[in-house]
Amino acid sequence: MIEKPLISAKNLSVTFLLGNNFFGPKLTIQAVADVTMDIPRKSFFGLVGESGSGKTTFGRALLNAVPISGGNVQYNDDEVSYHLERLTKVELKDYRKRSQLIFQDPYAALSPRMTVRDIIAEPLEVMGLTNSREETDERVREIAEKCRLNLEHLRRFPHAFSGGQRQRISIARALVSNPKFVVADESVAALDVSIQADVLNLLKELQKELELTYLFISHDLSVVAHVCDNVAVMYLGRLVETAPTRDLFFRPRHPYTKALLSAIPSLDPDYSGNAQKLEGEIPSPASVPSGCTFHTRCPHCIDICKQVEPLGEQVSEGHNVVCHRWKELDTPEPSN
Amino acid sequence: MTTITSEQTTTDQKLKEAYFTASQGQLIWARFKSDRTAMIAGFALIFMILLGILAPPLSPYNPSIAGRDKAYENGAPQIPKLWDENGFSVRPFIYGTSRVRSAKTNFRWVITINRQDRRYLHFFVQGWEYSFLNFSWDFPGETFDVNVKTLTFSTHLFGVDKGGVHLFGTDASGKDIFSRTLHAIFTSLAVGTLGVLISFVLALIIGGAAGYFGGRIDSVLQMITDAVRTVPAIPLFMALAAFIPDEWSSEMRFFFISVILGLVGWPTLARRIRTHLLTERHQEYVLAAKLCGASPSHVIRKHLLPSFTSYIIVDLMISFPYAVRSETALSFIGLGLKDPVNSLGSLMQNVSQADVLLNYQWYFIPVIFFIAFVLAFVFVGDGLRDAADPYSDKSK
Amino acid sequence: MTLLNVENLTVQFDTDEGRITAVENVSFSLEAGQVMGLVGESGSGKSVTAKALMQLNPRNSIYNEQSKISLNLDDGPVDVLSLKTAKELKVVRGGAVSMIFQEPMASFAPAITIGKQMVEQLVLHKNLTKAEAKKLSVDMLDRVGISEAGKRFDQYAFELSGGMRQRAMIAMALSTSPKLLIADEPTTALDVTIQAQVIDLMKDIVADFGMGIIFITHDLGVIAQTADKIAVMYLGELVEQGSVRDVIRTPAHPYTQGLLNSLPKLEDLDKPLTPIPGDIPSPLERPSGCVFHTRCPKVVMGRCNVDIPTSVRVKDGHKASCLLIEDNGGPKL
Repeated sequence: MIEKPLISAKNLSVTFLLGNNFFGPKLTIQAVADVTMDIPRKSFFGLVGESGSGKTTFGRALLNAVPISGGNVQYNDDEVSYHLERLTKVELKDYRKRSQLIFQDPYAALSPRMTVRDIIAEPLEVMGLTNSREETDERVREIAEKCRLNLEHLRRFPHAFSGGQRQRISIARALVSNPKFVVADESVAALDVSIQADVLNLLKELQKELELTYLFISHDLSVVAHVCDNVAVMYLGRLVETAPTRDLFFRPRHPYTKALLSAIPSLDPDYSGNAQKLEGEIPSPASVPSGCTFHTRCPHCIDICKQVEPLGEQVSEGHNVVCHRWKELDTPEPSN
Repeated sequence: MTTITSEQTTTDQKLKEAYFTASQGQLIWARFKSDRTAMIAGFALIFMILLGILAPPLSPYNPSIAGRDKAYENGAPQIPKLWDENGFSVRPFIYGTSRVRSAKTNFRWVITINRQDRRYLHFFVQGWEYSFLNFSWDFPGETFDVNVKTLTFSTHLFGVDKGGVHLFGTDASGKDIFSRTLHAIFTSLAVGTLGVLISFVLALIIGGAAGYFGGRIDSVLQMITDAVRTVPAIPLFMALAAFIPDEWSSEMRFFFISVILGLVGWPTLARRIRTHLLTERHQEYVLAAKLCGASPSHVIRKHLLPSFTSYIIVDLMISFPYAVRSETALSFIGLGLKDPVNSLGSLMQNVSQADVLLNYQWYFIPVIFFIAFVLAFVFVGDGLRDAADPYSDKSK
Repeated sequence: MTLLNVENLTVQFDTDEGRITAVENVSFSLEAGQVMGLVGESGSGKSVTAKALMQLNPRNSIYNEQSKISLNLDDGPVDVLSLKTAKELKVVRGGAVSMIFQEPMASFAPAITIGKQMVEQLVLHKNLTKAEAKKLSVDMLDRVGISEAGKRFDQYAFELSGGMRQRAMIAMALSTSPKLLIADEPTTALDVTIQAQVIDLMKDIVADFGMGIIFITHDLGVIAQTADKIAVMYLGELVEQGSVRDVIRTPAHPYTQGLLNSLPKLEDLDKPLTPIPGDIPSPLERPSGCVFHTRCPKVVMGRCNVDIPTSVRVKDGHKASCLLIEDNGGPKL
C-alpha cells in the first residue's frame, strides 16, 4: 500500500502585491508559480534555489504563513487530511500543531527578553497543549535533552549562547509541540561550517526518533546532497527538476541544475571544472522572461524555449524535469 | 555543550552566570551604573525631585502673599553661620535686620544688619500650615464640586525664633525666594508630568495603532500626526493666552497649560513608537509566535511591548525637559503661569528688569535651579538611551 | 619580491567587558602576484587582521609593540602601523592597498552615482583630471565584465543587481592600480552561479594586474579554486599556513583537519558528516595554552592547556602551530 505523501502541492502559486498604489495598475510579483510537488512521509526533502527562486515563499506557503493565491495543497497524515488553501479557523489551529518552522537566523529568531525555558515553552502555552506548569516544564526538559541542550542553561537568556546553541534552541522550540512536518528554512546557513555538521546530524537523529518529515530549504547544494533523500530545484518561482538525491547530483537533466552543480567550487585545487558556467544575471521576479523562464541564461536555448513554457516530464521513478530539450541533451556520463 | 577547562575562580563563574541569566532590566541597570555622568545626574535629579515634593515642609515660609515678610522686602540672602567675631556657636545663626528710610537714602528702604543680634536657627519648628492633598474643583452645579483637604501638617525643617530667615533672599513683596523656588520646582515637575503623561497616552494609542496595523490605517494616522506637528507653538500659545479668561484660578491655568503641552507634544513620541513597532513586527521571533497561533494580544503583550519598554522610558525621560522648558519659556514671556503662581518661569519673569540686575542679583538663583534641573534630566535620559539597548550589537 | 610582511601582529580591544584579544602573534608574508586565502570561522580574527593592514580598526584597538606590518612599495618600504595622520595613511588606504567588502550595497553611497564615486577616488589618489578619470573608470567597468559600461557609469548602486554591484566594487578597487587588494568575504553574499563568475573574474585580474590579493572567506572551496597559499586562523591565532595543495591535501593542524572533515563534499555522499565537537569559545573566554585544546581530538592534557605552541615547519613553505608536530617531521601522533 503506497502511503499518500504528507504534502501534495498542485499548481501552487503565491502572488504578492507591491506597494499601495491608489491609482494605476497594481504591481504584482509571482513569487511561486504553478509548482507541483509531492513530499513523501518521513522524507528529508531538499529544496534548492538561488535568490528569487521562491523557495522560502514556497516553504512558508506550506505552513500557511503567506496566503496561497492559486492551486491547491493537500496535507495528509495518519489522523487528518486538510486542504491548506482553504483551511477553516479550527483546522488552522490544529494544523499549527502539526507543522512548524525552523528559522535561518539564530540571532533574530529568539526573543531576547525571554528565558530559554520560556521560549521553548511558548508553543505549548499558546496552543494549550499542556495542563499544568509541571507538565510544560517536563515537556521542555524532554525536548531540550533531545536537542543536546544543557538543562541548567534553561534559565539563561539567548544572549548567553553561541549561534550553534541558539539554533538548537530554535529546533527545540519547533519540535516541542510534536509536529509531523517541519520546514527548515536555511537553518544552517548562518552557522559556522564546523558547527553546521553538528546541527545537521541532530536534525537527522531527531527525524528518526520522532518520525518527522522535513522540507529542507537551502542554497548550499553540498549540504543538501548529504542529508536529503529527495531534492527539488527551483528557479524564479518555478520548479525545474525533482529527483532522488543521487540521481540529481550524479545525473542531472536540467541545464540549470547542471550549471548549479558545476558552479560549486571544488575543494580540489587542480580540478579543472567543466565549462557549464552561466552568463548573465538572474532576472528580477518582477519581470519574468517569457516561455521557459530560464531561457535568457540557458546555453541550449532554441526558439521554442523563448515562447512556450515547458511542462513537467517524468525521467524515471520520482525524477521529473521541466525542460523542452532534456532528452536530446542527456549525456550518459556523470556530470561531476 | 562546551566545558571549558578553566582556571577561573568561582566568583568569575558567578559573574558570568549572572550575566547569562540577567533579564533586560538588569542589563540596562548594569550598563547605566557604569556611566558616571548619568549616575551623578541621576542622584541630582532624585535630590531635586525630593526637594520639589517635600517643598512645603522644607520651606520656612508660605510662598504666597500670605507668608511675606513685610520687614524684609528685597532682602539679600541670609546665610547661616556657625562662627563670627563674637564666638563659635553649635547652633547656626543669622543676623537680625532692621529697615530705615529717610531723606538720606532717597526715601528707599535700606536694610541694615545688626551683627550683635543673633537669631538662632531652630529645627523642626511649627510654622504655617500646609496640606499635601488640597484641591477643589469647581464644576457647574454645587453637587459636583470637589473639596479635598487632607494630610495637613505644619512642621517645617527649620525656622528662626525672631524675624525671618531667607536663605535666598526675598523679592519685592517680601516673599521668601527659597520657599518660592522649592514650590516652583514642584509646579514645574507637576506640569511636566501631566503634559508628558497626556502626550504619552496619545502617542501610545495613535503610534501603536499605526505601527501595529500598518497599511491604510497607518497612512491616515500619519497624516494626522504630521498635521498636528506643523502647528507652531508660540503663536498657538499667544492665541490661547488671549483666550484664557482672567477669572480662571491659577490651578485651572496650570491644568490648562499642561493639557495643551500634552496635546502638542505627542507627535514626536508617536512617530518613534510607530517606527519601532513597524520594525519589530517583522522580526522573526514574532513570526515564530504567530506560527504557533498566538493571538495579536499575546504577540503585543509578550513580544512587542517588552521590546520597546526601554525606548519608551528613554523617550519619556527626554521629553520631560522639553515640557519643563516649554512651560518655563511660556511663563517667562507671560503666556503661561503668571506671578504670583510659583513656577520657575514666573520666578524668572521678574529677573529681566534692570533694577533687579543691578541691585537684587539673588533673584537669579531660581535660574540656576532650572538649568540644573533640565540638565539632570537630559543626562539621565542620555545615559538611559546608551544603556537601553543591550541587544543592539549582538551579531556574529 | 615580497610585497607584504606581517610580523607578530597582536590586536586587542578595550571593551566594556574587558580587554579582548582579537588577533595574537600573527605572522605571514605575501609576494606580488600571489593570492593568499585567509580562512577562519567566526571569532577567528581574519577581518581584524585584514583591517589592520589599512589601520581600519576602531579606535579602541590596541596594537602590541612588537607588531609590525611592512609594505614594500615602489618608493620603499612602509611601516603601516607607524603611520598616524590621515595624510600619511592615504598612501595605504586606497592608494597602494584597496579593499572590497562583503556587502557591496554598503560600500557605495546610495545617493551618488557609481561613476561619480569612482572618479572621486581616482582624483584623490592619482591626480588625474576628471575626464581622464572617467575614461579609466569606464574602461575598468568594462574590464570586469559589466555590459554597457558607459551607461552603468551614470547609474546608482541600487539599480544594479548583486553580482554587478560586486563587480563594480572590484572595478572601483582596481582603478587606483593598488599593489595589494584585500577582499573581505566578497562572494559570501552572492548566489552560487554568480559567485562562480566573480571567482573567474578574480583569477583573470591576478593574471593581468600582477597584484597581491588577500582573500578572506570561510568557504574553503572558493579558496581552493582561487588562492595560491592559504592561512588558517582560529580564535585569533594563525594555526596553519602553506600552499593550497599542501594544506588542503595534507593538513597538519588538528583544526584544519577537523574543518576539512566537517565539510560536506559532493565527491563522497556516503561519508557521514563529522563536526568539530564543542563550540567556538567566546573571545572573552580564551582558553589557556593552545587555544584549540578545548575541542582538539588529539589533545594532551597537561601539555596542550599549558604551553603556547609556536609555528613549526612541517615541510618547505608549510607551517603549523601545534605542540604535537615535530619540527620538519610532520605530526607526532
